[in-house]
Amino acid sequence: MTALPETTAKKLGLVIDLDTCVGCQACATSCKEWNTGGYSAPLTDQDPYGADPHGAWLNRVHSYEVGDGTSSRTVHFPRSCLHCETPACVTVCPTGASYKRAEDGIVLVNPDTCIGCKLCSWACPYGAREYDYADGVMKKCTLCVDRIYNETLAPEDRIPACVRACPTGARHFGDLGDPTSAVSRLVAERGGFDLLPETGFKPVNKYLPPRPRRTGAEASAQMSGAKADAGDNGSLASRFFAWADKVLSR
Amino acid sequence: MPIGEPKIALSQPIGDTVKTTTCYMCACRCGIKVYLKNGKVRYIEGNRDHPVNKGVLCGKGSAGIMQHYSPARLRAPLKRVGPRGSGEFQEISWDEAMELATRWLAEVREKDPSRLAFFTGRDQSQALTGWFAQQYGTPNFAAHGGFCSVNMAAAGLYTIGGSFWEFGEPDWERTKYFMLFGVAEDHASNPIKMALGKLKARGVKFVAINPVQTGYNAIADEWIGIKPGTDGMLVGALIHELLRTQKIDLEYLVRYTNAPWLVIRDPGAADDGLFARGENGKPLAFDKRSGVLVDATLSDIAPALVGEFKLPDGRTAVPSFTLLAERFLSAEYSPEKAPAITGVPAETIRRLARELAHAAFEQQITLDIPWTDWAGRRHEKMVGRPVSMHAMRGISAHSNGFQTCRLLHVLQMLLGSIDCPGGFRFKPPFPRPTPPPNRPGGKLGTVAPGKPLNAPPLGFPQGPEDLLVDEQGRALRIDKAYSWDAPVAAHGLMHMVITNAANGDPYPVDVLFMYMANMSWNSSMNIPAVLRYLTEKDETTGEYRIPKIIYSDAYFSEMVPYADLILPDTTYLERWDCISLLDRPISDADGPADAIRQPVVEPDRDVRPFQTVLIELGARLKLPGFVDENGAPKFPGGYPDYIIYHERAPGIGSLAGFRGEDGKSYGKGAPNPKQLEQYIANGCFYHHQLAPEQQFYKHANKAYLEWAKEVGFIGAAEPIIFQLYLEPLQKFRLAARGYGPVQPPDSHRRRIEAFFDPIPFWYAPFEGAVLDEAEYPMHAITQRPMHMYHSWGSQNAWLRQITAQNRLFMHRERARALGIADDDWVWVTSAIGRVKCQVKLMDGVNPDTVWTWNAIGKRAGAWNLAPDAPEATRGFLLNHLISELLPEREGGYHFSNSDPITGQAAWYDLRVRIEKAKPEEAGESWPRFERLVHPAGETRVAVSTFGREFREAAE
Repeated sequence: MTALPETTAKKLGLVIDLDTCVGCQACATSCKEWNTGGYSAPLTDQDPYGADPHGAWLNRVHSYEVGDGTSSRTVHFPRSCLHCETPACVTVCPTGASYKRAEDGIVLVNPDTCIGCKLCSWACPYGAREYDYADGVMKKCTLCVDRIYNETLAPEDRIPACVRACPTGARHFGDLGDPTSAVSRLVAERGGFDLLPETGFKPVNKYLPPRPRRTGAEASAQMSGAKADAGDNGSLASRFFAWADKVLSR
Repeated sequence: MPIGEPKIALSQPIGDTVKTTTCYMCACRCGIKVYLKNGKVRYIEGNRDHPVNKGVLCGKGSAGIMQHYSPARLRAPLKRVGPRGSGEFQEISWDEAMELATRWLAEVREKDPSRLAFFTGRDQSQALTGWFAQQYGTPNFAAHGGFCSVNMAAAGLYTIGGSFWEFGEPDWERTKYFMLFGVAEDHASNPIKMALGKLKARGVKFVAINPVQTGYNAIADEWIGIKPGTDGMLVGALIHELLRTQKIDLEYLVRYTNAPWLVIRDPGAADDGLFARGENGKPLAFDKRSGVLVDATLSDIAPALVGEFKLPDGRTAVPSFTLLAERFLSAEYSPEKAPAITGVPAETIRRLARELAHAAFEQQITLDIPWTDWAGRRHEKMVGRPVSMHAMRGISAHSNGFQTCRLLHVLQMLLGSIDCPGGFRFKPPFPRPTPPPNRPGGKLGTVAPGKPLNAPPLGFPQGPEDLLVDEQGRALRIDKAYSWDAPVAAHGLMHMVITNAANGDPYPVDVLFMYMANMSWNSSMNIPAVLRYLTEKDETTGEYRIPKIIYSDAYFSEMVPYADLILPDTTYLERWDCISLLDRPISDADGPADAIRQPVVEPDRDVRPFQTVLIELGARLKLPGFVDENGAPKFPGGYPDYIIYHERAPGIGSLAGFRGEDGKSYGKGAPNPKQLEQYIANGCFYHHQLAPEQQFYKHANKAYLEWAKEVGFIGAAEPIIFQLYLEPLQKFRLAARGYGPVQPPDSHRRRIEAFFDPIPFWYAPFEGAVLDEAEYPMHAITQRPMHMYHSWGSQNAWLRQITAQNRLFMHRERARALGIADDDWVWVTSAIGRVKCQVKLMDGVNPDTVWTWNAIGKRAGAWNLAPDAPEATRGFLLNHLISELLPEREGGYHFSNSDPITGQAAWYDLRVRIEKAKPEEAGESWPRFERLVHPAGETRVAVSTFGREFREAAE
C-alpha cells in the first residue's frame, strides 16, 4: 500500500473539449514522441512492422458513435490518466513506485521501484496505465512533468506536449485546484464533467461536453421572414426579373 | 514530500540542436522545429511563428520521426536484374545510375521528346519538374492533380481566378456561417482544424455536407449526409431558393461578375452563345441610364441584368444573368426535385437557403477601412457578407465535378461573398485572371527532336485553338490531356498514362519517368490491369510495352518493383526544398507566403534528393537553362543553387522573399546569394503582410492589383472579372456543332454539346448513369484517416498502431436488410471486379453509401512490412473496383472514367453491390498479390525501444 498526500498544493490537470476534438491523433502521437525520449523513455513498441503492432501509449483517442439512427453523432474521446485526487492505482501499489506528488498532484510511476505487477492497471477504472513489455514496468501520463517545469523551454512551451500540439485547441492545461485559473473558469462556463464520478476517485482532468448544436429550428427562429414569392402574377421567373430590374433601377 | 518521491530531472534540454524546416507528412506544409540529440531526431514540434500552423502540429506531423527512421527506406540506386515485378535488383553506384538515366533520356530526346512521359506524384517542386519537362521538350508532364482535385482548381481558376485550399480560405475570424462540402479529412489539415476550433468557440454555425459523419463533419452543428455526386443538385436548389426569395446581391453581380454581359441568342449561328462584342472586342452590356449598348467593362454604367436586347446587327442578346436565372428558377432545380436525387429533404434545403440569406444579408459586416477600386472609386468602408465555404475532393472526384465546383462559386457570387470580410478570401498570388493567360505548350508541330517546348506543358485553354490535337482531332499528349477527351485538363491525367502507354493509345512511349507516385497501387484505378500493363511485353519485339521505367521514391512502395532504374530519394528531413509561389504556395488571405526545407540531418545511406538529381540530369543532357553557354552545369550546387539563382522571368525566382543583392526586395529582385540563409534565420518561411486596404476585394482593389502586378503575380493591374457565364466552354460547344477550324471527332460531338454548358448544371455521375443502378445500388467512396496520408502512413511504426486494417463502413439499417452483421466479411462487386473485406457498421453514413479508409491496404511485403501484416492480410483497396475507362461507346471508343471537361479521375463515382461472404471466406481480404521483398533484404526490428538512447544520453 502506498500512501497519498493529504492535500496537494496544486491540482494540475487537463481539460479536454469534446465539442472541438476531431480525432486527429495529434495529442496521441505528440505524447508518444515526447515521452518515448523523456521521463518515461522508451515507450516500447512490440512487432512495430509486423502482424500485431502494439506499444505503450500514454494517450489514446477513441472514436465512436453515440445515439441511434439520425440522432447519432461521432464522438472523439481522448483518454489518458486523469490524475485523480484519490487514485486507487497509487494506494494499491505494493512498492511505492506509484505515487501522487504533493506539490502538484501529478500521479507518477518511479520506474526504478516499479516491479511490473500490474496491480495499478487493474485498480484504474479508466484504463489509463500502460505496461511496457520491454522494460517490464508500468508507464502512464506524466502531464509532461519534464516539460512543464523545464527551464530550458520558453515559458509558453512549458505545457504538456499534447496541449502544445492540439490543432483545434481542444486541450487545456492548468491548476484545477485554483478556482480562478483559466481552466477552472472554462470548466465552470462549459459545464465540465468528471468521468465515472461514481467510482469516487475524484479525477482532476475534466471533459467539456459538446456544445448545443445550432440546429435548423433554432437558427430559423431568429431570422426575419424571407421574402417569399408573394403574389402570383406571372411565372416565378417573370416575378424575379421584375424585382431584379427594379432593384437595379434604384 | 511523502517518503518515496524520487528526485526527477525536470529541466533536461530537449536536444543539443534545433532547426526549423517544413513538414512533409502531408501536403499541408506546416512549419516545424526539429530537435536533435547526438545527431538523432529527438522531437518535432510546430513552429509558433509559422503562418500555416502557428505552432500546432497534427497526428501525422508529430509522427515524422518514424517516417524518417522507417525500415521501408531505400538504400542505394537500383537496377532491375530480374523480370519486371520480381523485385530482383542490383544496387549500383550513382555514377552508373546517372549515366544510364542520361543515356535513356538523351536517346529519346534526339528521336522524339514526347516519347518521354514524366509524371510526378505528391511533388512539391512542380515549378522545377515542369520546367525540366519543358526544357527537355516533352508535353507529357503533369503531377497528381488529375486524380486529386483538378476539377476544383480548374473550375475555380476559370470562374473566379482562385479556388479553395491553396487558392483561398474562409475569413475564419469574421465569418458567421460556414459550409464544408465533401472534405476528406486531410485537405487541408491544420488550418481547418485550428479554424473549426475557433468557429465553434465563436458560436458560428457550421454545416457539413458529406456522405460520412466523421472527422470535421462529426463536430458540425448540422450534418447533411448527402448521396455522393449530387452536391451540384443541392447547390442548384439552394440557388433556386435564393432567387425565388430574392436574396441575392445584384449590386455585387454588376460590379464584379459578367452577369450583365450580353450573350448572343441566335440558335444555329456560329457565334450563338458567345458574348456580343463591340468593335474594340470588348463585351457589351445594355446601359439602363443611356438606353444604349455600351462596353460592359466600363465602370460608370448602369447595366441591365434582365431583359432581351437588340444588337446593332438586328439579332437579340440577353445578359448572362438572365440565362442563369432562367435555368435555376425552373422547376428542374426546385427543392422538391432535389430529395430524390440528393437524399436531402426539401424543407432542409429551403431552411439552409434561409440561413445563408440571413447570414449574408442580415448579418452584414462593415470594416472601417477605406479602399479604392480598380476604376479609382473610393469606398469609405469594406462591406462583407459573412458566409463562407470550403470544398474539396468529395466535390471534385466525380465526373460532374467541374460543373459542381462552378455551381459552388456561382452560389458564392450570388451571395456577394467572395473576397469580402467574412466571406471566402483569396490567398495571393490569387486571384489570377479568369482563366490565367498561359496556354499549354506542345501544340501540333511544335515538338521537335532536341528542342525545348515552346511553353510550359500545363496551361489553360480558352477554346479549341489551344488544344493539343492533330488534324484528325487525336490527342498529342500521352494522357490525352487538352484533347477532345479532356479539353481543360489543367493538371493532366496521370491516372491514364500507364494504360495509354501500354496500349499505344495515342502512341507508345520509350521512357516513363515518375517521382513519388505509387502508380502500381493506391494511386491507380483498376490495379490488376495496371500491373498487367507494366509487365506485358510486345510480342514482336519481346520488349516491355513500356520499355523503360525510371522511378524515384524514398521508400519501398508498391511501385518500386515495376521500375527498371530506381533513384532513391531522401526523407523530408534530409533535403532542401522550396514551397514556391510559382507552384503551390502556403499563403494566407492576409498575404503571400513561401517556404523552404533545409536539411536537418545528413543521409546515412547512398541516397540523393530527387530535385538535385533532376538538375544534374538536366545538365548531363545539356538542356537549355541547366547549362551555361560553355555547357557547364548552371547549378553545380544542386537544388539550393537552383532555388537561389534560377529566374523564371527577370527578377522572379523560386522564392519571393529576401530578393535583390542586398536581400531587401520582395517579389522581384536579383538573385541573392544569401537568400537561403536569410530564410533560415526567418524560420524557413517568408510571409508578406498586405496593407489593410489591400486585404479584401483583391479582384477589384486598385492598391492590391497594382502591387500584384509590381511583384509579378499578374500581368496587368486590371480587374479580375468573375465568370458567371463561362464563354470558353461555349467555344468548344460551337466546334462540336461544326463551327471553326479545329473540329472534334464525330464520336465526341454529343458529349461536348451536352457537358460544355457555359452555365453550370448538375448531371448524374457517369458510372451511375451507364450502369444498371439496381445491380449496383450502392455508392462507394474513400477518405483518409486524419493520422495518415497517401500510402506513406503504413510504414510508420506509430501510425499503423492506430490503423493497420481498414474496414468497409456501412449503414446499420442497410446492412441489416442485407443480412450483414457487424464485423462480417463481405464481397464488394463493381462492374469490373470484386473485393472481399470486413465491414464495420455505423449510423453516420448516407444509407446508400459504403466507404473505407484509402491506402491502408498494402501489398504483402511492400513498405518492408511483414508479409502477414494486417495491411496485407485484412486491409484492402477499392481501387481494384474502379475502372480507368468507361464502357465502350458507339464507334468502339473508350472515354476515360473522368470528368469530360478536365479529365479529373472520377473515382468517387464508383457503384457497387454488397453481399455477405460465406463463413469459410471470412478472415482475409481479397484480392491478394504476390509478395514483394525489399531489395536491401528484410531488416525489421521485432521490438522498438526508440528513445531509450535519449534518456541514457541525459543520464
